[in-house]
Order: sequence, then structure tokens, then C-alpha cells
Amino acid sequence: MDKFTVTINGHTIEAKPGQSVLQTALDNGIHIPHYCFHPGLPVAGNCRMCLVEIEGVPKLQIACGTTVRDGMVVWSNNDRVRQAVRHVLEFLLINHPVDCPVCDQAGECGLQDYYMLVGRYDSRFAENKVVKHKKATPIGRWVMLDQERCILCSRCVRFTREITKTNEMAIFNRGDHAEIDVFPGGELRNRYSANIVDICPVGALTCRDFRFRCRVWYLKQAPSICPGCARGCNIAIHFNPERPHHAGGRRVLRFKPRPNPHVNAFWLCDDGRYSYPFIDDHRLRFAALREEGGVRQLYLKDALDRLADWLRASRSGRTAYLLSADSSNEELFAARKLLRDALGVRCLLPDTGLRTGDADDFLICEDKHPNTRGARILFGLGENDPVAPDRLEAGLGAELPELLLVNRADLPSPLRDKLLAAGTRLVFLGTNDNATAAAAHLVVPLVVFAEQAGTFTNFEGRVQKFELAVPPLGDAAPEWSVHQGLAERLGIDLAFPGPAAIFRQLTAEVDAFRGLSHESLTPHGAMIRHE
Amino acid sequence: MAKPKLNLLERLYLPEILRGLLITTRHHFANLTVHILHRVGLAKGKRGAVTFQYPEDPRPVARRLRARHRLMKRPDGSTRCVACMMCETICPAHCIYIVADEHPDPRIEKRPKSFDIDLGICVMCGYCVEACPEDAIRMDTYITETSSFTREGMLLTLDDLMNHHNEDNFPKHTSS
Repeated sequence: MDKFTVTINGHTIEAKPGQSVLQTALDNGIHIPHYCFHPGLPVAGNCRMCLVEIEGVPKLQIACGTTVRDGMVVWSNNDRVRQAVRHVLEFLLINHPVDCPVCDQAGECGLQDYYMLVGRYDSRFAENKVVKHKKATPIGRWVMLDQERCILCSRCVRFTREITKTNEMAIFNRGDHAEIDVFPGGELRNRYSANIVDICPVGALTCRDFRFRCRVWYLKQAPSICPGCARGCNIAIHFNPERPHHAGGRRVLRFKPRPNPHVNAFWLCDDGRYSYPFIDDHRLRFAALREEGGVRQLYLKDALDRLADWLRASRSGRTAYLLSADSSNEELFAARKLLRDALGVRCLLPDTGLRTGDADDFLICEDKHPNTRGARILFGLGENDPVAPDRLEAGLGAELPELLLVNRADLPSPLRDKLLAAGTRLVFLGTNDNATAAAAHLVVPLVVFAEQAGTFTNFEGRVQKFELAVPPLGDAAPEWSVHQGLAERLGIDLAFPGPAAIFRQLTAEVDAFRGLSHESLTPHGAMIRHE
Repeated sequence: MAKPKLNLLERLYLPEILRGLLITTRHHFANLTVHILHRVGLAKGKRGAVTFQYPEDPRPVARRLRARHRLMKRPDGSTRCVACMMCETICPAHCIYIVADEHPDPRIEKRPKSFDIDLGICVMCGYCVEACPEDAIRMDTYITETSSFTREGMLLTLDDLMNHHNEDNFPKHTSS
């Protein structure tokens, strides 16, 4: 028998054999309170919050540890269950300091949520609370531990045991002296350590980077894709749109993982999670032109006029474009239509993000760009691409180009000096300041992925969609609109109303993407057709 | 809106001006007479118009008046505020700007690195006082004169909120 039915709170639901009652309920939109259960971790059954009544069983059972049976009748909302759960919560909160005003978890805390859902009692605890080590202590590069707030659900311990298999954490002592900690003298030494902050249902494990930056209820979220490596982990960008005085004016304050069973399950590596500052730091906001006597800031439209003149004046075959694997599929497609197809510009993918040996067997990839696969497909790149930085000069051809457009990459300084000495006009299209931008004759500011909508293709060929989170800074424009502006000035027909239309055209013209649509990319992305 | 029709007398202008002057003069002499009679102890039942000689004579204020804010101190003189942002969150005018920081004392979690209130935006609603879990912010300074020639001058910093020249006038009651 593959499937059978159970009845939860009067709703008859189809269930898979072997699944727990709790998972079945959650999958069908029935929320049963729980702390220690996490769909990505083995069941522990120690918090007792998910007690449910099962008809025919005299005592209340934990929904996370009970497997569904055919014809099972489960109640999670009757008075007997509610009262039991309220008492469980009361016990969990006995030694909790209730320091919500200074706790970073406040606003996304399981204790607060379930107190409002099933608690709402007045404290009856007249004895003195057991006070543990008073202040929070760092237990790793990214994680802060406050033992007083812990409810001993052991999610973090199970995470280090089962997911990272590094076993840094354990529960020490017994009874009301029990506490979680890292082993004496140790610290969290895995590259996924900040996930225990996400899975901690209370404020015991908080993020050191986010500490006191912002209250969580100020944050808004946008679904996105992590740009940190070729894996394309699903993330939510948390940004603070209304109160710029927090966090020194940074708009984006953190990345949190979004579950996607095909890519990252529930997790995100620390490198990707803490790569967010580039969205706000050292950004190029306005176009700049290097002239005799210095650098002059100019409007984007004037910069595009200038660049269009240069493209027109440059002899064919003597213009080159270094494309970027940080660009979205839509941006790459616009560059392909204009530069490769219409103007015949030589297009190369410089390989600036490969960190050989950095990959592991879980999420982290060697290639530190989110869309190398997309760039390879759209520009038909072969085995020799991406081009390593030391082979870039050879890749540019026998003669150095007259006009070189560099997208985001920082050129190796010997090559940069050689190009400038040879009289090459260097145009930098990019998001963040670097040495190449400082040396370029013309700088065109681009928006980062968080400031536009688009799609990335991860290393396996899964196309995933990301949404706009924050508005562009200054004059910065999406790369496709820069190409479109150039096409207009050069008299080339390239009309795009926006990224969604580009994606439609892309799926119509490029074989690998044929059949995809924004609808098919929701919610977990979709695979390209294999060549 | 329709313009009121003026009759001939009104259109002549001068009679109406004279009528207005007459009303003002009548009030002037009536009040003068009432105040002189009050001075010599007569006509106590009749009220004359009242003028306060502000700012030489400050107006009496209600004990519960919500006036300019202040931040309370711990016994050691540091601020009682723990930078929980409850006041900033509840503020309907968005005039409170707090930046939180780690407290040097290991027994205390948080403190404000900066705490600014823009009085130019504040609507004096007192929600910040209600929301504060530490009784760290109060509006009992009775300072009502908070004008400035610049917008920047209306911004109160942590230092302004903790140190006052007229601290002796503040209510002495301490919180529980």
C-alpha cells in the first residue's frame, strides 16, 4: 500500500507510510507546535511540545515520534492537548530569563510565538530561577551562545553530529544544570556553523555578525539566490528599507537560507551567508570618465553616448568584451544579442572566481560565480573557457584590442598596465569599485543581483529565479538596459521591456532553455535541457 | 465659494472700520474698568480678560505635562537604556534613532551607542515612555521651550537627553 488516509483535527489527509504525524500535518498546512523537531534533522523527541491525542491510545503522544497508521484519528487542537502543551511550555520557560527586549531573537522566537499561541498564562513560578553563565559567549567565528535562553532542544547538537559531522557541540551536566556548549577549549570549526543560528528556535544561539544591528521586525524579505558560488543555494535577502541609521546605512543585513530539496535542503554555508556586504559597500554609483586632468562624473546617458561613439569608431575585430559569470541569464543574453551577434565583438569569460580545492562534498563549489553555466551555454563556450587570468592576454588575440569592455572583473595588474600602455581604451562595467575601475577610461555603474530580478543557472543546470530586494543605488542600471541603451544609439533593434520579456525571448531562442518559463521555475527552479 | 454681497454701507468701507474700532475700544475700556475695580476690591463677580506676561511670568503647567524627554541614569551615572528599540518601534512619528552597542559591563547586554530624538518631528504623544520596559525614558522635564533656528538644533543627542541644567526641578520620585 503506497498511500493511506489519516484524520487530523477532522481533516482527512492522504499520508505516506513511514512518515511522522507531525510531518504529515505540516505538509498539509496544519501547524502543531514543536521545538526539537526539524525536517532536516533526525527526530529527538525531547521538547514534548508536539503532544497530540490519538484515538485509541490512552496517553498523549508526541507527533514527531509517532508514525502514521492507516485510519489514524489525531487531534492537536482539543482542550486536553492544549492544556498539556501549555504546561510543557510553562516548564520550558521556568528558567528562561525572559530578556526579550535585549535578545536578538525577539520577533522570530519560538518561545514568543508559542506563548502567544498556546501559553498566555501568568507565571506561577515562585522559586528562584537557575542562573547560568550570565553573558553570551562566542563559540565560533559567527555564533554567540547564551545558555540561559536555551531550552535544550538539541537541534544544534544534532546538526553538528548529522549534517556537518564535526561533533563540536554537546549537552553537558544533568537536570536543571544541563547546558549546551562546545567541548572545552574547542569552538565551531565547520563552514556551515551559522545554520545552527537559524535552526535554534530560541535566542540561545545568535549571529555575531547580526548582533545588535537591527531588530528583526524592521526587516523585509525577498526570495533570491546566493551569488557566492555555482551551487545557487536558495536564500531570502533580509533588508532594512526604512531605518538606514541601523548598521551604518547598509540596506541588506543578512542572508537566510530558503528550503529547496534539489539544491541546498535547508542549509547555507558561512561564506555565502556573509558575502552580503558587497551589496552596499564600495559600490559604483555614478558613471565616470577619465580625461586629461582627472576623472569626471557624468550622467549614465552621457556615458552611454560616449561608449556608443567608441564602439562605432573601433574597427571590427579590435573590440573585446570580458563577460562576467556574476551576470544573470537575462543580462548575458542581452550582451550576446548586442555585442556578439550584432557587433561581432570577441567575447571571453575570464576566470576570476575559481578557488581550486575549496569545494567540499556538501554545498560549497570551487567556482565562486553563480552563473558560469549560464554564461557557458549562452556564449557557447568550449573546454578552454573560462580563461585563467594568466592566459587572458593570449585569449585576447595576437593584437591587443583597441577597445576592451570589462564586466565586473579585476584584471591582473600586469595585463592592465600593458593594455593602458598599448593605448587600449578600457571600459569598466561593474557594481563594485576595484583597481580596474580606478584605471578605466570609462566606468558604467551596474546594479547587483539584489537590485533586479533575473535568473541564474547553477553548475548542474538548474535555472533559478531571484527577485528585486532593494532599489538601485545612484545611477546604476541593470546590464541589459545598458546594452539596450547602446543598441538604441547604434541603430540596432533590441527592445526589451524588462527581464521577464528577455527570459521569454531567451527560452524561445536558446535550445538549452527551451520550454522554461517563470511559472516552471517556481518554487524550486527547473533543469535546462541537456545538450 | 460664493462671495458675500456687500450693501452700500459696507461698500463705503470707512463706516465698517469705525465700527471695528468701536468694538476694540469698548473692550479696552470695559477691561480697564474691571481690572481697576478688582484692584480696589470691588466687582469680584465680574471677570476681566486675562493676559499672562510670558516669558517673564511662566505659565503654570499641569503635573502630568508631557514635555521634552530625558533619559534616566543608573546609580553609577550611565544610561538606564538598554537599546531594545521599543520606543523607536512604537514611535508614530519615526523621530527616535537608536544605534545599539555591546555594553562593557559583562552583566549588561546592550547599551545605546547613540540615541537621538528629533524634536522637530516628535508629536509629544508619550508612547515612548509607555513602551519603555526599563523606565529609561521620561517626558517629565517640564522643558517646553525647545525652539531652534536650524533643523539640526532640534536634534537631541544622548548627551542632551542625559544632562540638564535644570535637573533640580525634575520630579524626585524614583521608579520601582
